[in-house]
Amino acid sequence: MNTTWSRFNIASVVLGFAFLYLPIVLLVIYSFNESRLVTVWAGFSTKWYFALFNNRGLMDAAWVTARVGVLSASIATVLGTLAAIALTRYTRFRGRLLFSGMIYAPLVMPEVITGLSLLLLFVAVNFDRGFWTVTLAHITFSMCFVAVVVQSRLVTFDRSLEEAAMDLGAPPVTTFFKITLPVILPAVISGWMLAFTLSLDDLVIASFTSGPGATTLPMKIYSQVRLGVTPEINAICTILIAIVATGVIIASLINKRREVQRIRDEQAAFRI
Amino acid sequence: MESFGSFRRKFAPWDDPAAKPYIRFENVTKTFGDFTAVNDLSLDVFNREFFALLGASGCGKSTLLRMLAGFEEPTSGRILLDGQDLRGIPPYRRPVNMMFQSYALFPHMTVEGNIAFGLKQDGMAKSEIDARVGEMLKLVKLEQFAKRKPHQLSGGQRQRVALARAVAKRPKVLLLDEPLGALDKKLREETQFELMDLQYKLGLTFMVVTHDQEEAMTMADRIAVMDHGRIMQVATPAEVYEAPASKFVADFIGNVNLLEGAVEKAGSGEVEIAAATQGLTIRADTSKALSSGQNVWFAIRPEKIRIGREKPVDASFNAVEGELWDIAYFGDMTVFHVRLDNGDLIKASSLNAVRKVENPLTYDDRVWVSFDTDAGLVLTA
Repeated sequence: MNTTWSRFNIASVVLGFAFLYLPIVLLVIYSFNESRLVTVWAGFSTKWYFALFNNRGLMDAAWVTARVGVLSASIATVLGTLAAIALTRYTRFRGRLLFSGMIYAPLVMPEVITGLSLLLLFVAVNFDRGFWTVTLAHITFSMCFVAVVVQSRLVTFDRSLEEAAMDLGAPPVTTFFKITLPVILPAVISGWMLAFTLSLDDLVIASFTSGPGATTLPMKIYSQVRLGVTPEINAICTILIAIVATGVIIASLINKRREVQRIRDEQAAFRI
Repeated sequence: MESFGSFRRKFAPWDDPAAKPYIRFENVTKTFGDFTAVNDLSLDVFNREFFALLGASGCGKSTLLRMLAGFEEPTSGRILLDGQDLRGIPPYRRPVNMMFQSYALFPHMTVEGNIAFGLKQDGMAKSEIDARVGEMLKLVKLEQFAKRKPHQLSGGQRQRVALARAVAKRPKVLLLDEPLGALDKKLREETQFELMDLQYKLGLTFMVVTHDQEEAMTMADRIAVMDHGRIMQVATPAEVYEAPASKFVADFIGNVNLLEGAVEKAGSGEVEIAAATQGLTIRADTSKALSSGQNVWFAIRPEKIRIGREKPVDASFNAVEGELWDIAYFGDMTVFHVRLDNGDLIKASSLNAVRKVENPLTYDDRVWVSFDTDAGLVLTA
């Protein structure tokens, strides 16, 4: 295998990464700009971060987003996990193909349509729009993602583990909580994180289903940007990037370490 | 009564008409859609018996085991354990435990945790659980591995954890699904004897499913040979080998020469068979009532055939001449393939009891194969 770097390779890697990350890097740099003008560099400062914490509107929106995210991700994880179990386990019920197809449909459904149809539903049943409608809407679309993530883990799950537990005297409910859930927990957690991230950055569906007093952060940012980009917006976006990046890095480090540990253990086992 | 081969222990409740079976399958049928996995099967297994279900994959042996464990319900018929009908009793309330082919160890629990799992479900006191777990670890010689997770163990150690977990609850019956399938040959042979020892020590009834006939022959008191959801024969290993009930069983267990022919002369206790391929007449002892002209098969094991350059002196022996066609040398024994002058191919094996042989047999040698009249078996099915 050729491992030396040709000039062409270097150029394509640099260009590729620049294409992906240059906008983000610019945003992060300008969040530390002294000047009020976004495009003019006037020296390093962290004052916009402090300003941010005094901006009631942004802080309220961040708090709404966090609550919607945690609540909707948690409920979506429960529902999505149950759906995944039903679809992997009960392979012989009528209409299974239709059901599993329907699980995937919201993944490719344009957000505008999901948002609009949810709005129509809430109006039709006379549900006051606000915190709960956004949360419900987020549960609706993110549980499909959870179901897909958990389902892919369940496909490789060894059913004999559950049979062994039942054989040893554990009723089905005990078996689920003591055996099945702990074994698929990593997939459930990544499902939760995916659902939380989706909720965190959703603008379209939230715009359709939200009401007064329940403005989420993406909605707030979007409406402020229409009045002009302020360094405060850059600052809050930098914080969001930091949160998401930390989450992703931690998750992959945990996975990596577990994998390395497992391989080392297995090698150790065979030396005995 | 005739007796065959060698036997391990004086234990034969199946010959005692007063003995009550411990596990009883009564006309059990199990279908999956159009597929019949178990077909109107009846079987009795006795207390403290080491029973083996032997068959090729898909013969229904695992389904039978899973029905006893409660993972499948029979489509019809019933299963009795110690007189109790098991229908409708879920797996977690049956007094049987199973050792799974994949071991099914709980990956998130330590060895101790795995063994204690079943005991905890019974609501046993903590001190008692600890004592029992310690006892089990000692039994399978894994004391120093108590705190390990399953993926930190070798294949053989995992197998022993699975075994310890399955016997920890002292079940009435231990079911073993291909218990040694994942081990390498050497380890498998050692473990066979460990299993037998364990079964004897604990005084449990073992029911093992295997496709490995040597494994079944070594360990089991009795073997049920299965094919297409039916039992072809239930007997001791020696009986299955020396007195197979049918062509299928004779062919399935070990090596056999099967010669088709027609009864020429049927006498009392003996018969003369004219082989379908011309020029060979076989004289054989039989207790079967046969009529002249009836189509039969003569089955004879390779090790019961003698092979040599000289025609045997004893005129009562069947003796036929041929050419040495092929030789397979296994170290402990050698298998000779002899092409008889009428075209039939016969396998004969001989034990290499001495190290040095003068003038050994080789390809294209003219040889005589011979066998006594009671060396083989006349089969009608």
